Amino acid sequence: MAAALLDPARPGPDDLRFSVHRNNVVAGLINALAETFPAVHALVGDEFFRAAGAVFVRAHPPVSPVLIHWGGAFPDWIAAFPPAAGVPYLGDVARLEWARTEAYNAADMPSLAARALAAVAPERLPRTRLTLHPAVRLVASRFPVASLWADVTGRHQGSRPILSRAETALITRGENTVSVRAIPPASAAFLRSLMAGQPLEAAAGAGMNEPDFDLTAEISALFQAGLVAGITADNGSGSWAASSM
Amino acid sequence: MITRHPDRELRLMTTHEPPSLQQRALPPRAGISFKPCHWPDINAGNPDVGFFEVHAENYMGAGGPPHRMLEGLRARAPLSLHGVGLSIGSEGRLDPDHLARLRHLIDRYQPASFSEHLAWSSHGGIYFNDLLPLPYNAQTLARVADHVDETQTALGRPLLLENPSAYVAFVDATMDEIGFLTEIARRTGCGLLLDVNNVYVSAVNQGFDAAAYLDAFPLHLVGQIHLAGHAGEVDADGRRLLIDAHDRAVDAAVHALFARVIARGGAKPTLIEWDNNVPAFDVLLAEMQAAEAILRSALAISDVAAE
Repeated sequence: MAAALLDPARPGPDDLRFSVHRNNVVAGLINALAETFPAVHALVGDEFFRAAGAVFVRAHPPVSPVLIHWGGAFPDWIAAFPPAAGVPYLGDVARLEWARTEAYNAADMPSLAARALAAVAPERLPRTRLTLHPAVRLVASRFPVASLWADVTGRHQGSRPILSRAETALITRGENTVSVRAIPPASAAFLRSLMAGQPLEAAAGAGMNEPDFDLTAEISALFQAGLVAGITADNGSGSWAASSM
Repeated sequence: MITRHPDRELRLMTTHEPPSLQQRALPPRAGISFKPCHWPDINAGNPDVGFFEVHAENYMGAGGPPHRMLEGLRARAPLSLHGVGLSIGSEGRLDPDHLARLRHLIDRYQPASFSEHLAWSSHGGIYFNDLLPLPYNAQTLARVADHVDETQTALGRPLLLENPSAYVAFVDATMDEIGFLTEIARRTGCGLLLDVNNVYVSAVNQGFDAAAYLDAFPLHLVGQIHLAGHAGEVDADGRRLLIDAHDRAVDAAVHALFARVIARGGAKPTLIEWDNNVPAFDVLLAEMQAAEAILRSALAISDVAAE
């Protein structure tokens, strides 16, 4: 019976009503996918989404009953799904939506105030590392991914995004909601470097490879937005860490 | 293999957390199955709700708004934790990781009640996201009893086991559902969750008398009742087929059966489930109040009888 649930070609037990379960399983999982990827759903339409979803569900069925953790394989899968090739930004919009789901369920951690960084001796700042909040995500795209997402989910009214413009989306979590906004290339390079565990000096170097980088403004904005959850300052013989935990 | 002890009920009670943390039993009132889209109404309006029920699996993320909402619900009314993914009816072993996740949630939120289904939902490492049926016979009875026993030991508390809705009949069934559930409860000390809509759906689909089933149900074992709406179809043979869709108001026939159960067994904690095509909060609240009116009429009768 289990084998027949995901495979319409395989006969189920000899009761016609078995199909209720087969329908429940596939339709239920497609519904769960549509809840996680509403912008992809809107971009391709319900008929296409359900047909693609049925193929995905059979290729990548959930391995755990915790469905909020299921769907991470969908962005790469839909990006490589030949019938969807006409919408080249679909995979990146899906990546943004998966990042939103991860951000929504990420661990709670208190934010640090900017004065925590003021406690670090200036000569140690270059080798100091900032740990960003667990809910922070970046999604880089050669398409205007944040604008496309805002447009298709009705959060942005106005002219359609210009497809030739690349964007990096910064995903953050507030008290009850997850926010998405496009950030300049310099901010994106700086944040990406910090999230990779690089110290401030190296992260600033990455930012300066892009136009209009202002290190003080970047750091100040991070603290103001509550995105810094930890500071690790190198003290020569080891390190000390600050967090409000 | 878990060894059963004659003192198991006592042991389960004594492993409970201190009373200050542990919520008391659910009240004999009507409650609602919580949907996050209703949080603004609940947070702003503080509606009078008998209890809130949540699906445990939706709160197994590390943090974020789901946990803040759950804390907010728990501060307002007793909490019922309802599992949909443990797969107690599985042929294979229970997932120890999932038991650990449930234990973690129970330790954190100390709900008044924990319930799961007489069904399976995982097989061969795949989670099917549906409550699938099992035949009732001596072999499945032993397996389910072991799984209930293992769950109660892992969670440190008794659970309520819910009757399923059925579409298919099994040729290898040798027991009826009530006999099966009653024997599971006797062997494990678990309670039962009676889903009246499931009984009605199964009765129509399998051609038995729902009222006679409910008249035979061991109501003294019932710790909670579920009510929900169902969808109606006609199958390929032209027979009426009901689907346990949870997508609309409770059917009048199910309300009548519920009133029959309450008249015989007294008021029980009763949940309105509405999981698909979720309505505006006031519509859900009105459904809850309709169930509560039936519960109150039973309480009024018992008050008169006591005088």
